[in-house]
Amino acid sequence: MSNIKKAFANGKAFIPFITCGYPDIKTSKEVIRTVAESGADLIEIGIPFSDPTAEGPVIQHANLKALEGGITTVKVFEVIRELRNEGVTVPMVFMTYANVVFSFGSEKFISTCRDIGIDGLILPDIPYEERGEFLDICHKYGLDMIPFVAPTSANRIAMIAKHSEGFIYIISSLGVTGVRDEITTDISSIVKIIRENTDTPCAVGFGISTPEQAHEMAELSDGAIVGSALIKVIDAGGEDMLKNVGEFVRKMKEAV
Amino acid sequence: MAETRGRFGIHGGQYIPETLMNAVNELEQAYNHYKNDPDFQAELQDLLNNYANRPSPLYYAEKMSRDLGGAKIYLKREDLNHTGAHKINNVLGQALLAKKMGKTRLIAETGAGQHGVATATAAALFGMECVVFMGEEDTKRQALNVYRMKLLGSEVVPVKSGTATLKDAVNEAMKEWTRRISDTHYCLGSCMGPHPFPTIVRDFQSVISKEIKEQCLKKEGRLPDVVMACVGGGSNAIGAFYNFINDPSVQLIGCEAAGRGIDTFETAATVATGKLGIFHGMKSYFCQDEFGQIAPVYSISAGLDYPGVGPEHANLHDIGRAQYVAITDDEAVEAFEYLSRTEGVIPAIESAHAVAHAMKIAPTMDKDRIIVVNLSGRGDKDVAAIARYRGEDIYE
Repeated sequence: MSNIKKAFANGKAFIPFITCGYPDIKTSKEVIRTVAESGADLIEIGIPFSDPTAEGPVIQHANLKALEGGITTVKVFEVIRELRNEGVTVPMVFMTYANVVFSFGSEKFISTCRDIGIDGLILPDIPYEERGEFLDICHKYGLDMIPFVAPTSANRIAMIAKHSEGFIYIISSLGVTGVRDEITTDISSIVKIIRENTDTPCAVGFGISTPEQAHEMAELSDGAIVGSALIKVIDAGGEDMLKNVGEFVRKMKEAV
Repeated sequence: MAETRGRFGIHGGQYIPETLMNAVNELEQAYNHYKNDPDFQAELQDLLNNYANRPSPLYYAEKMSRDLGGAKIYLKREDLNHTGAHKINNVLGQALLAKKMGKTRLIAETGAGQHGVATATAAALFGMECVVFMGEEDTKRQALNVYRMKLLGSEVVPVKSGTATLKDAVNEAMKEWTRRISDTHYCLGSCMGPHPFPTIVRDFQSVISKEIKEQCLKKEGRLPDVVMACVGGGSNAIGAFYNFINDPSVQLIGCEAAGRGIDTFETAATVATGKLGIFHGMKSYFCQDEFGQIAPVYSISAGLDYPGVGPEHANLHDIGRAQYVAITDDEAVEAFEYLSRTEGVIPAIESAHAVAHAMKIAPTMDKDRIIVVNLSGRGDKDVAAIARYRGEDIYE
């Protein structure tokens, strides 16, 4: 069983997303440690990209601010390596854009992932049809490549589910990441098709900000992914920021 | 590795979010159906001839040719199309396709504003809703085109993120498409983005080279020796090149924007300074740093101020079928002024990049050689900016 699947082995999973390097490299490392210690089952680490076309304003801003602060692919690797050496064991995946992986040299990037203890890769600009050039290398180094299912996937869900691994990232709504008041997509119908085709767990992301929403989405699937709302907790800042982050994660974990 | 659809050599592909996959698949199916549908083609031809003013003239620039003292220079007058640029060729095709697909809303990105104006025009004509995304920087550089779009009934959304130029406008248009797909067609303006856009845009623009070929054979009894065009994403260039790709005697030259020079950071010359990458739905060449972050490119020309190049151009470069040269701001502005003075034709600052290269090579060629410069657009929109470049403080 892959580390990612293990994250789903003990009930519903809570999966926070953190932009590495935001608000600065040192603080984001402490945020990752805090969410790991506060009950996150799997952590999605975002490697910033200059043009994050799947992101809403909150995560886009975090990406650009992190890049201005000097984060690079190599520095993200260092942060994760240090956290692993310091005993953080929770499964982790990278979420970034294809060009970040490709420009580094896909094989060099993915083999480094294995070396530092990254369990999978989420690339929002790589659909099923284009995943081959990354998938083969991921398998060579024992990483899962996490596929997406969107509200518009319709006839594609079965195909994606049949060939899935790690977990399936269900996009809750049309559009980009960011807080939403209401999620109107028929998640349970999507999950039903997924279950008919695979035993790979699935988690819902995009627009989840409250424990109630997280609970509802995790009820319908196997877990909930939260990004923008966590960044807002970081932005609220202050001396108690890490404490607030820990509290936020604990509440979310309880809710799911 | 399995070959995916929409490849030009190693370039192209469909590097887009899952949310958009069914939309591009639906578009591909519709396009494959209608491109062979005689009724669709007849309707499009009628629009091109009677609305957009095609065919555009192939004009012998005799005075310029004599002055430069070398090859005969012809100008393909895409600037005389309705809305003043080649962009209308593609837009009428895509808007008609969108209408057949039952879409009621067009969205588009624009750099200089020419594609935005063309899309707003087609939307007005077809009674469709229209939203154009334009970098905030470009809304300032091309304020007249912003008002033009509004006049045509479109909403213009200034994009503040990133460098606030064409790249960011594409980002926002793509995001908007993921928000609202069912009634909306993304009318992409260049031969870039995910498959099938590079093919669709090329096909709709290939009317340019089809006409050049017929007109040159009629006037000169033979094919031209050189066809050149400016390249941002590359739609006017691919249109001017396409029907000559299998004529090896015809040299194809794309003119990129060097900005302040390809040895500076203030450049948009992708083939000269970029490297292979994946962005905006395609694998191609992009200006980027060592970690794949897309570079904040620069050119005086808002239409060429883009950090990538269409995948078919990337492949034509790889296989050596087309050459790509870089033209600086200074050279383009000189050509802008030269063509205005010499032929009484004010070119778009984008097109002036191709004129500049013709000015370089024509004197080195024999008098019986023929150069065709694709004059992709007219320069009215640029007059105030060029005046400012020359230190005259005028505003539109």
